[in-house]
Amino acid sequence: MSVLLGGICGLSGVYIILRGLSYVGHGLSHAAFGGAIVGNIVGLNYYVGAIVWSYLASFVIYEISKRNKIKPDAAIGLVTTAIFAFGVLLVSITNRYTRNFESLLFGNILAITEQDLYIIVSVTILSGAFFFFLHKRLVFSFFDNESAKISGIKTSYIELLFSFVLATIIIVSMSSIGVTLLASVIVGPAISARMLSNNFSSVIFLSIIIGSVASFCGMYASFFLDSSSGPTIVMFITLAFGITALYAVFKKIYHSHSHGGVSHSHPHLHTDEHRHEHQHKHP
Amino acid sequence: MGSFEYLKLTGVSYGFTYHDFVVEGVNLSIPRGRFVSIVGPSGSGKTTLLKLMCGIYEPWNGDIEYICNDCDSIFYYPSVGYVPQIETIDWNFPVSVQEVIAMGSWNYKSYLPWIDKKLKNQIKDTLKILGLSGYEKRHIRALSGGEQQRVFLGRALIRNPDVLILDEPTTGLDYVSREKIFDILKTLSNNGMTVILSTHDITHIANRSPWVICFNKYVIAEGHPQDVLKEDNLLKTYGLSDYKIK
Repeated sequence: MSVLLGGICGLSGVYIILRGLSYVGHGLSHAAFGGAIVGNIVGLNYYVGAIVWSYLASFVIYEISKRNKIKPDAAIGLVTTAIFAFGVLLVSITNRYTRNFESLLFGNILAITEQDLYIIVSVTILSGAFFFFLHKRLVFSFFDNESAKISGIKTSYIELLFSFVLATIIIVSMSSIGVTLLASVIVGPAISARMLSNNFSSVIFLSIIIGSVASFCGMYASFFLDSSSGPTIVMFITLAFGITALYAVFKKIYHSHSHGGVSHSHPHLHTDEHRHEHQHKHP
Repeated sequence: MGSFEYLKLTGVSYGFTYHDFVVEGVNLSIPRGRFVSIVGPSGSGKTTLLKLMCGIYEPWNGDIEYICNDCDSIFYYPSVGYVPQIETIDWNFPVSVQEVIAMGSWNYKSYLPWIDKKLKNQIKDTLKILGLSGYEKRHIRALSGGEQQRVFLGRALIRNPDVLILDEPTTGLDYVSREKIFDILKTLSNNGMTVILSTHDITHIANRSPWVICFNKYVIAEGHPQDVLKEDNLLKTYGLSDYKIK
């Protein structure tokens, strides 16, 4: 289960960082938390409340950031915190929240029910299909929005749909990874993968692998350490990021290449100027 | 179905904040196949005018029409290729030359995430025309300014557009890169493509274009460069005189 969640968070994270929405995981999980509480208090299913509120937050963020004056990060900061605060306020007033409050905040993969399990599998399949079939449209919209529009891509619908898919992934990940820790699971694998490759497909592949492996290791370790699953998974993702960052630095200093039929490596700066100079010297 | 005869702008106005026009009362008629350079200072509304022509913005007032008398449908809209200012591109985005050019193709709209063989061959041919053969797998950041500009030109050309609109395609380029771009555009125009570009380069681009529009919020003058690029028009365009349009 943690492998599935780590994988789908890793996949969506690549699109999130390239769209410049790194903070959205953090923000939407808070909004979903507020919604879950409201849903619970008014007697609705946990998922119904979370979905309604986080979709509403996604829509408001999308509408605010569409008008260029306010950047998405500012819109996310305001809207999602307000919805989170509303949920907490309701808890403190009514004192009627039945679901484990702490497991939502910090994550407890062992507390998930059979119903949660089915929902996680379904969301993983559906959102995987979304990214598979709309990959080209998402990439073009995020890379060059205006040209994508001219080319006939309905960028507004694509972006709105993207934010709804994200909200859904975040909701299903919340109970096992935790509201406060989710941002790291979404962004961590993606930025680690981005440091390793300049190729979009490779970045996606690596991000899914890093997310899945780190989540699996975190889950496994939390069993032996008797720790909360969320923070343990986050520690492994941070470790993965540290290793890739070190690797990227090492790769920059020790650059392996071949010219004149001889393969070798030596330390030097991997700057564009150097590369051009090098190509010139060794065509 | 025929192609459009001319692009007609009638009283077109647009702005970003209420009552503050960036483009105001523009009347233009650009016949198919014409090579047009729009000159004007920074902030004169050239980019906005080009985006209006592309359909990115809807004019506040006036109409933009691609007039086509022998077209079957009244909803005729030509295929438009747009080349943005390369300063607006995120060069860290993990895409290769092949992926960028593929974005411009109709074929790109398929729902499968990979680029098919037919499109790969088309990209190869386009790169050959642009003098970039063998660059398919390169990351866009690993190219020179002139090469990057040609890649974006390739993205617009791969769909064989009726109208090619370019926002400052030669800004920041060296002599050779600028001449390469200009030669490609001249050839396209000679083959019947309508080319509309904005430029700061009066000496090397506007002066050699068959048709020039001096623009600063309004159309100040248009015509052949030898008739238009005169001191009084340039002073008006660059805001260096007391000229004020009533």
